[in-house]
Order: sequence, then structure tokens, then C-alpha cells
Amino acid sequence: MLPLLETEAPGITAELILQQVANGVAKGSVYALIAVGYTMVYGVLQLINFAHGEVYMLGAYFSYYPAKWFGYVPETGEKPKVPLYLIGALFVGSMAACAAVGMLIERLAYRPLRNSSRLAALITAIGVSLFLQNAGQMVFGADPKGFPVFMDQESVPLGPIELANTKLVIIVVAAIMMTGLHLFVQRTKPGAAMRACSFDMRTARLMGVNVDRTVAMTFALGSAMAAVGGVLVAMDQPRLTPLMGLMMGLKAFIAAVLGGIGSIPGAALGGLVLGVAESVVGTWSTTYAEAVAFIVLILVLLVKPSGLLGKSGREKV
Amino acid sequence: MGRMIGILVVSLAVVLGVNWFLDSYIDQYVVRVINMCGISIILAVSLNVINGLCGQFSLGHAGFMAIGAYVSAWFTTTLRYFDEAQAKYVAIEPMFSSQWGFVPALIVGGIAAAIAGAVVGIPTLRLKGDYLAIATLGFGEIVTIMITNFETIGGANGLPGLPAYSNTFWIFAFVVIVVMFSWYLQRSTFGRALIAIRENELAAEVMGISASRMKVMAFIYGAFFAGIAGGLLGHLLQTISPATFNFMKSIEVVVMLVLGGLGSMTGAIVGAIVLTALPEALRDVESEIGLVGVRMVAYALVLILLMIFRPQGIFGQKELSLKLLGRLIPGRKSGNAGGEE
Repeated sequence: MLPLLETEAPGITAELILQQVANGVAKGSVYALIAVGYTMVYGVLQLINFAHGEVYMLGAYFSYYPAKWFGYVPETGEKPKVPLYLIGALFVGSMAACAAVGMLIERLAYRPLRNSSRLAALITAIGVSLFLQNAGQMVFGADPKGFPVFMDQESVPLGPIELANTKLVIIVVAAIMMTGLHLFVQRTKPGAAMRACSFDMRTARLMGVNVDRTVAMTFALGSAMAAVGGVLVAMDQPRLTPLMGLMMGLKAFIAAVLGGIGSIPGAALGGLVLGVAESVVGTWSTTYAEAVAFIVLILVLLVKPSGLLGKSGREKV
Repeated sequence: MGRMIGILVVSLAVVLGVNWFLDSYIDQYVVRVINMCGISIILAVSLNVINGLCGQFSLGHAGFMAIGAYVSAWFTTTLRYFDEAQAKYVAIEPMFSSQWGFVPALIVGGIAAAIAGAVVGIPTLRLKGDYLAIATLGFGEIVTIMITNFETIGGANGLPGLPAYSNTFWIFAFVVIVVMFSWYLQRSTFGRALIAIRENELAAEVMGISASRMKVMAFIYGAFFAGIAGGLLGHLLQTISPATFNFMKSIEVVVMLVLGGLGSMTGAIVGAIVLTALPEALRDVESEIGLVGVRMVAYALVLILLMIFRPQGIFGQKELSLKLLGRLIPGRKSGNAGGEE
């Protein structure tokens, strides 16, 4: 562990705050990766996909098991470093598997409810989340699992502060993925279909958009992003549990609300703001840092429910 | 009013008798499950007023419970005892030597939770549907995080050593009270106003109902009884910790309501009993087939399948009553029981 990582420090200096901001950016990048899944699904279906945090958890496990199979997680002794090509394969494999899980959840649990009340859909989402957590505990076991070593952790000096190389990788990979997603949604035809569905699903259908396929694609994309988040976090903090998605999911959802639900740049901004706020408060107290997200949530909902970058729309009567 | 008091007195006498019978003849494990069912009923029936009647989807019931539990524990114990060996605060000495201090302590706990209900209710009035759900969930989490940070009441380790005051009599006395109150409430002007808000808030406002006031009242009512249930649970388990009141607890109560049918009080009661007793029954099955955790998986599956195939729950918004049973017998005509769908 790094010396300056989120500890209750007695002497708080400007460097320490700056250090925490840097850590917060890494944390926030992961929130952003997961928040896009919430924001895209909410944009299209007006559904809080509670199970999204669990998809993130699965993403980490989907890299853990193949790596273990290849012998990179020995029972005892030093863990060998995973070669670069396998790291790439693990990322892609996790993304593909999670995309499949996301589409499966949509097909089995949410599609039958598309025309029923939003409350029924919300309760189903809670049910799917509970199901995945508990099935995870049965299948993977409740005990925390280690993670294969992708890179030796070391600190990289950045001016007055230093950042773990794993955290730097998180920030860079997240930035690339988010930019790619943004370009996909803005520049491609399937992306335009997604935007059309989120604007007005009925009209989109009339204009020839295959709504079912677009919704499935939205889930697949969001889940793949969550998988990237899961593998990145596992690389940085190698401790997998079936419940790791619970708080992460809630906080990422809050990040999506903070940024303005339905907006992908909003999710990125919300994630970064939330991550930095948590880390900075964590300088004083790690337990109160846990409350930051929820306080932010309530404040945003009361002051500006449309979020930082969201479209404000008056609900028609 | 006279009739109400009559029913109350008779019911309490029955509960006292049942308490004596259970204590003398029934296995303590079974009694414990029955007591847990009672607490679940209080929770489900009180949440039904907020979620079912008023239609405001709250996921913060566990937060109100936590407040009730800790405040009542404060009044039944002296908390200034610091155990050197365990290096934490331990509550051992009951402040009152008899159980008679218990009811005032519970009620103070309930009032504290009700105040929290008002505090949550007023600012969240602007929110609807899933935003309200997530905001109340946030409130519940903030409560548990605050408790975790509060070392004098045990912090994250929880507070052990609460006196074992909760018994079948006290629990079911409050079950009787909450069920009776809620039953009359559904038929009162207040209850009708809540239903009107659920069905169409704008139309209700036009009819002269102050929706904001009614919503806050619903939150206060629900929170009060959640606080009482929290106090009862604390003095039954004898140890309370923030983890007891995490948001899974809120979700559990919501699932009870949904199973029985949102808006149906009898549905809430049935849901509470089924979802408290069934997991206990499944506990043996679980260890027999050697798959620990299958219980919670089944629980989640039930929830999903219920929403897909019968989203209105077992009873919908109807109440189980003698009239409804009478209607099932062919050849008899009877009036509509409970709320219209």
C-alpha cells in the first residue's frame, strides 16, 4: 500500500490534499465507467438498473477465473506476472461476457416489464441485484479472492505528489473508453438509434429504429464498460467479493445523477466530482467519506435534480 | 371510539393469554420466529401507509428503525460504562428496574423516528418515483454511517447488552395497535386523502387536499411505527449494530409489501409472515441439501417472477376480509371489500 492512501492523517497539508485529489480522480474514473451504464439505461428506459453494480462485480470475476485457469493465481507462493497479451485478452473476455450478461438480464427480467409500471421495473431491478449477489456468494464463495498481478505496483512522481502506476492506468484506460463511447454514441448510426430511443422511443420505432435491438445494445455497452471498471479496480485493489458491486453501484448511480442522468459527459463529470469529493473528505475521516455520496445525492436532488449537465425538463401534467 | 377501545382491550387480553401459552408450552425457537413475524408486521403495515396508500416509494424504513432502536436503547440502559477489557462502551445496567420503563422508551424512540420522518419527508416532497426511492435509501445509509461514527453508542461494533424486554406480549400489543390504527386510518378522511394522492396527485390537489402536508404526515406515521419496531427488535436481539439496519433491511420490508400487494394492509401482514417464517423453514432444507445461500437466491427469484407475472402481489389493493371470503362462496352477493382497484 502507498503511504498516503486514504488514511486518517494528523497533519493535513496542501500536498496531502492535492494527493487525495489525484487519488480521487482515479476513483472517480471508475465511478464514471460504471455510471455510463446507469445513465444510458436510464436515458432509454427510465429504469434504475440496480443490477449494474453486480455486473461490475462479475466483470472482475470473469477475469479472475481464466487467469486462475492459466496458473496466474497459485495457491501459495509468489504470483507470476500476467503477460501483456493475456491482460488484453482478459479485458476483452470480461467485456464480452459482461455484455452477454447485461443483454440476458434485459431480455429475461426487464423486457417482459417494459410496459408495466416503473415501480414494478424498479423492484425487479432490486430483485436481479439481490439474485446476482447471492448467486455470486454461492458460486464464487463469500470469501475474498486475490487477483492476478498485472503490473508491479510502484509510485510515479507527479510534481509535488505521487500516484500509483495502477491508478494512472485506471485514469488513462477510463479516459480512452469514455471518449470511445462518446464518439460511438455521437458519430455512428447505432449510436444515433440509441439517442433517438432515449429522446422518444415510440417515434424512434415509427422511424424504423429496431428498439429491442437498440435497448439490448445499450445494456451490452453499459455492461462492457462496467466490466472494464471491475478489472481495473481488481488490478488496483486485488480483493474480490461477491458484494463488491453493491456500494460501487450505488455510488456510480449517484455520480450519474450528479452529472445529469442520461448524459454520458455528465456521467464522466459526476464520477470525477464524486471521487474527488470522497477522497478529500477521506483525508479527515474515511467513514464520513462513505456518507459524502449520499449527502451529495440528496443535495443534488433537492437543488438541481437535472444534475450538472442534464437537460432540465418540466414534467408535464 | 368506544368500540375501538373495546376491541383494543379485548385484543390485548388475547395477546396476554397467547403470550402466557407460548411461554409455557411452545419451543423457544418457535416463539422467537413468531416474535420476529410480529416485528415484521409492524414494519410492513407502517410502510404500507407510505408506499402503499400514499404511493410514495420509500426505501428508508431501516433508517427510521435504527433511530428508534438506538433512542429507546438509550433510555433503557445506561451507556456510560466503558469496558476496559473490550475497549468499548457496553450497555449493561437497565435504567429502569422494571419493564414499565420499556413502553415510554419505545414511544420516545418512535417519536425520534417520527421527527426524522418529518425531516426526510419535507425536503423530499419534490421528488417522485425512483428518485424518491433513491433519496430515502440515501437517508437510511446516512443514518447508519452516522451511527458507525458515534463511538459512545458502540460505533461499527454495535451496542451489546440491551435488556431482554421484548416479548410476545409487547410485540403483539404494538401489532394490534398498528393494525387497528392503520385499519381506521384507511377509512378516515386522512386515509382517503392519501389514496387520492396516490391515484392522481394533481386531481387530489384540485379537490382541496394539501398533498405536501398529507405526504409528510404519512412519513411521520410510518416512521413512528418503524421506530417502535426498531426498539422492539433491539430489545429482542439484545444487540444492535448499524449493520442490522442497512438498506437490505429496508428492501426486505418492501419485498413483504410487494408480495402481499402494495396498498393492502392484510396483504402486508401476510407478506410479513410469509417472508419471515419461510426463510426459517427453508433454513433446514438449505443445510440438508448442503447449498448455503440458496434461500436468498430463491428470495430474489420470487421477487423477479412476482413482478413479471403478478406485479400487483397476492391481494392487489384488496383487503382480505370476511366479505371477500363470503364472495368466494357461490350464490352470495356481497359488497366490495376494501379499496377499489
